[in-house]
Amino acid sequence: MTIEELEQIAESVRAENAKFDHEINVCMGTGCLSQHSDQLKDALVKAVAAAGKNAFVRRTGCMGLCAAGPLVLVDPEEILYQHCNASHAETLAASLGGEPVAALQCDLREHFDQQVHVVLENSGHIDPEKIDDYIARDGYQALVKALTEMSPNEVIQQITESGLRGRGGGGYPTGLKWGTVSKASGDLKYVICNGDEGDPGAFMDRSVLESDPQRVLEGMTIAAYAVGASKGYFYVRAEYPLAVARLTNCLRDARRRGLLGNNICNTPFSFDAEIRLGAGAFVCGEETALIASIEGKRGQPKPRPPYPAVSGLWTKPTLINNVETFANIAPIVRKGGKWFAGMGSERSKGTKVFALTGKITNTGLVEVPMGISLRKIIEGIGGGVPDGHTFKAVQTGGPSGGCLPAELLDIGVSYDALVKVGAMMGSGGMIVMDDTSCMVNVARFFIEFCMTESCGKCIPCRAGTAQMHTLLTRICNGSGTMADLDLLVSLCATVKETSLCGLGQTAPNPVLSTLKYFENEYIDHIVHKRCLAGVCNIQAPAADAAELEVLA
Amino acid sequence: MRKNGFARHALIETLHTVQSSFGFLDDDAIRFVARSLKVPLSQAYGVATFYHHFSLKPPGKHTMTICTGTACYIKGTDKLVAAAEKRLGIPQGQTTKDGKISLMTARCVGACGRAPVVLTDGELCGQMSGEQMLEQLERWAVE
Repeated sequence: MTIEELEQIAESVRAENAKFDHEINVCMGTGCLSQHSDQLKDALVKAVAAAGKNAFVRRTGCMGLCAAGPLVLVDPEEILYQHCNASHAETLAASLGGEPVAALQCDLREHFDQQVHVVLENSGHIDPEKIDDYIARDGYQALVKALTEMSPNEVIQQITESGLRGRGGGGYPTGLKWGTVSKASGDLKYVICNGDEGDPGAFMDRSVLESDPQRVLEGMTIAAYAVGASKGYFYVRAEYPLAVARLTNCLRDARRRGLLGNNICNTPFSFDAEIRLGAGAFVCGEETALIASIEGKRGQPKPRPPYPAVSGLWTKPTLINNVETFANIAPIVRKGGKWFAGMGSERSKGTKVFALTGKITNTGLVEVPMGISLRKIIEGIGGGVPDGHTFKAVQTGGPSGGCLPAELLDIGVSYDALVKVGAMMGSGGMIVMDDTSCMVNVARFFIEFCMTESCGKCIPCRAGTAQMHTLLTRICNGSGTMADLDLLVSLCATVKETSLCGLGQTAPNPVLSTLKYFENEYIDHIVHKRCLAGVCNIQAPAADAAELEVLA
Repeated sequence: MRKNGFARHALIETLHTVQSSFGFLDDDAIRFVARSLKVPLSQAYGVATFYHHFSLKPPGKHTMTICTGTACYIKGTDKLVAAAEKRLGIPQGQTTKDGKISLMTARCVGACGRAPVVLTDGELCGQMSGEQMLEQLERWAVE
């Protein structure tokens, strides 16, 4: 495969598409599929044929606005329709070339205009199961360019220059990580794509894998070339059957086109990738636990160092990056590191995909440049809190992150700014809560999550989260005392300082951040025995409360 | 197993295959997998119990899985779980005595845009209300 051959494929796809007057893109991501967008697509194909229109109906990946699904996008007019179902097919087909159907039209300029799509540039425009569609949108040019024109060091140089940081949550500079793995000695090296998106409330990785799997594979192959790896693994959650199916399909197509396997693009570089299924363990998002899981063991983390970059999968040097990190690679190599570094804030470059969920009007996936304020995301793009309720907090970073109150909405979103206020970027889940949510109850929910997901290897995390849960439950049902609150704070510090892996170290974050910003709610529960949000079921302080002794 | 060349590290993959064929992992299956892949039975059993996805009990004829991820929780799945538990008379994670319905909870199925989400026999239903869910349970119960 050469650049010319890629161009040929792209040209033939474009010529094929040009035969049609209209392209009808039907979203078939998990969200829209659950509302039968597959039936809608079939109905549209029939309706278009019956109406005698010269139009092409295409299955695409997620268009982002999951709240308004199923979505249909008509090109080249760029008309977006929302809440479509099979019964609308004939109306839609009849409107082609004429006036758009006003009743179904979705006008959310504000939602889309403030976004910058890099990772999601193809989502909603290509058929995720057709490699040629991806090639037609400049796919695999970056890989061919890297293999034929650049040395591995030059690739790493570009990535370093771009300032890309790990999108899985930690924010470790990607270029630095690649450099470490490429310098590590070893005959065999591995690349792992971390698609174990355990963070509840986040679905960016699922969406990217479902909508544009080739992009992730291309990024991974370039990474393998840069660090000298010959084998890769995709670790994907078993809860995402559609993503797994589309990824399997993507690997097969890439092999057929000679873009994966031996001597890729007629160069000496060989690389192959396999899929490994997760089995529902949050802790497996942690690098060393993920490696243990790929090796077929219980997903328990190991102390670091040695870091996986030196001794990872089967004690070989291993590069682990998140799905979204890999999805950023191809555009960086294609357009250069400087282009990427031109976006975002000073220390956090590029764009970030957020999954906007909870009590917000436009739930779904958004991609924004780093440094944009939370207020712009929530009130502008997200459309604010619905049903006349008032905004109370936004939770970022999943169970390891923190809850931020309305006063902090004007901070810019970047790795450092979020850590400074006690939250974290995490993988990009953003859950909005309104006045019907009780922050103590939310903290209890996260601790319960961490408690059940703790792998049980180290004691601070295993026992600490359980005790924190007991304390929070007491506060929630009205039997807590101020002494419990002090104990909770000191327990948080202990668990944070002494846990082995990221899960334990960050488990107290939701408690600490809610204590910091919503302490009055804790006091309300303890002293006044009331829950203003009306969530907690507070009974009169029971006489036997003292018996619930906390075993430290 | 053959697909993965009887490699020891393919233990999780193999257990996935067994579970998708039989619906759950019984002692015989785990023993067989351990012997075939030449891994200690303790490791096979350890893996099967460590991961939430693997079930050691046979599932009911129908399964209702309620997502209790953060986004769904904020939108009130705790009430859905409580209502379903009350209707079926079993705690989450169990199957009714007649073997008809299993009530499970999941940690986020990644469809948070449509919260609260319930999986009925693996089919994803978004924006579920308590009434809709109970109706579905009722339909299954009278089958």
